[in-house]
Amino acid sequence: MRSVSMTDKAGRTLALLVPPVDEVGATERAEFFTKRSIKKESKIHALYLAISMCDLTTLEGADTPGRVRQMCEKARHPVPPDVFQSVAGQKNLPPIPSVAAVCVYPSMVSTAVKALAGSAINVASVATAFPSGQAPLKVKLDDTRFAVSEGANEIDMVINRGAFLSGDYQLVFDEIAATKEACGEAHLKVILETGELGSLDRVRLASEIAMRAGADFIKTSTGKIQPAATLPVTLVMLQAIQDFYMKTGKKIGMKPAGGIRTAKQAIQYLCMVNETMGSDWLTPDLFRFGASAMVNDILKQIFKEATGRYYYDRVFSLD
Amino acid sequence: MAIEKNLHVPKTIKLFINGEFPRTESGRHISLYEHGSQKVFAHVCRASRKDLRNAVAASLAARGEWEKRSAYNRAQILYRMAEMAEGHREEMVSLLTKINAASAGDANQSVDAAIEAFVYYAGFADKFSQVSGCVNPVSGPHHAFTTPEPVGCVAAIFDDNIESILALPIVAATLASVIASGNVVTALLPSNVSAQLAPLAEIFATSDLPKGVVNLLTGHQSELLDHLASHMEVQSICYVGSDRTTQEKLKTLGAENMKRVICFAPDANPTSLDRLAGFVEFKTVWHPIGH
Repeated sequence: MRSVSMTDKAGRTLALLVPPVDEVGATERAEFFTKRSIKKESKIHALYLAISMCDLTTLEGADTPGRVRQMCEKARHPVPPDVFQSVAGQKNLPPIPSVAAVCVYPSMVSTAVKALAGSAINVASVATAFPSGQAPLKVKLDDTRFAVSEGANEIDMVINRGAFLSGDYQLVFDEIAATKEACGEAHLKVILETGELGSLDRVRLASEIAMRAGADFIKTSTGKIQPAATLPVTLVMLQAIQDFYMKTGKKIGMKPAGGIRTAKQAIQYLCMVNETMGSDWLTPDLFRFGASAMVNDILKQIFKEATGRYYYDRVFSLD
Repeated sequence: MAIEKNLHVPKTIKLFINGEFPRTESGRHISLYEHGSQKVFAHVCRASRKDLRNAVAASLAARGEWEKRSAYNRAQILYRMAEMAEGHREEMVSLLTKINAASAGDANQSVDAAIEAFVYYAGFADKFSQVSGCVNPVSGPHHAFTTPEPVGCVAAIFDDNIESILALPIVAATLASVIASGNVVTALLPSNVSAQLAPLAEIFATSDLPKGVVNLLTGHQSELLDHLASHMEVQSICYVGSDRTTQEKLKTLGAENMKRVICFAPDANPTSLDRLAGFVEFKTVWHPIGH
């Protein structure tokens, strides 16, 4: 067991006990969730749940207000309701749910807020000099405050990997704590960018630091770095959340992001959440997918269940 | 322990999907027997609908690249198939004589016909457009051209009751004619002759054909046919067989996304322009000419 101590803002010393991670064991355990056979009603249930947990994301330099509005429309109705009714009417499938949130850059937040007015869909904004996080703290906090003032109710921040990898854990901790403060009421998701951390031991340590510093969610990746979310990484983070819950009674959410493209993968993740955390975590309040391409694949599977035909991409929106 | 001399190592006959030879994900097989005996000649894969889904996905992925290849390059690759088929002659002949008790003469003729089909469609791959397209006479300051374009992903379905000696040339000709114009194909092979057709997969795999352009499945038609015919990404169906009920069924299932269902009798001429014309869409372009 490794011990790392942090000093919080009030000057108290927090000792973080970080258990070592068995890489081989974690990989094997994660592999285990890919062998499940989830069929028929359970499959439909899982697919619907996965859509409702999705954060539809567009984080490109080429984002325009039009593109964001289009994505928001898709967030409300992943398939136009009348189209779905005509395809799935005779099967009595429930309507396709809205997704949990849309995730955009701070400059697009006001567009998204307007487009989603009257719906229960959250607006998440990346902040803190996403995706690299290489900016002075003041800039990062201004970035965060701006996004919140524009109406974002979820903030996806990146940790300072430069500091983390050079062993300055206190700085990582302080930046997260400061961002949490800047968030105010908004939920804070902390992106660890696990693809840059190098080992599962470091993923575990970064998770502990983020949760102690005030994260409401911990998130694997920005989606800009490969590898992004993988099952073993998510498993280690879930176990960290579980241990944190046992110690403090606080429920932290989990968001794997990047690289999850198929309905099959989504179901594997849901199995893992269910069997690691219990069904309490099977809710959009505590588990999210950062995966936009996945939605169309899920819809394809739902259409397959509804019609018995293998469906095609072109009936759905292209992104 | 001494090693037995002339150890007979039978070939495992697998599926051909995305340029690879996977076993079926279902782990099931069909046993094939040597002619007139209870001796198992080979176990062939009994594909499941998931294999079918993967095969169609592979052909869709290959579609863009194959369609964009120059017609001349497609011709070269088809001709290469004829060359490779010549190299597999002995194997194909021995399979036909051993399993079906065909005479050596008949078996050789069957291989000849398959090779001829490859050469025929290799020749037409870069000529069909000129032969079937045209410049239309129009009144007005326009050129109007009509040219054939591939339809996309074609499902080739072969009746199980095709006579084994006919099967080799008819399958070779059907697949060659479909891909010659730039289509991609997923085929359900007749299960009782699938061992004899196994060398075809090796020919496709070694002819510089991009992976996924041709995908071959063996298994029970009753199990796979519906899923293939109703697949929304399949644009056209080529049925080789004379079973009326199957034809009706294919047309009914294909109606949802308006698949073109084209049927050929098993003994129809393997080398004919009809086979090429069935799997193209004719596009007419109007082009203004200035004065």
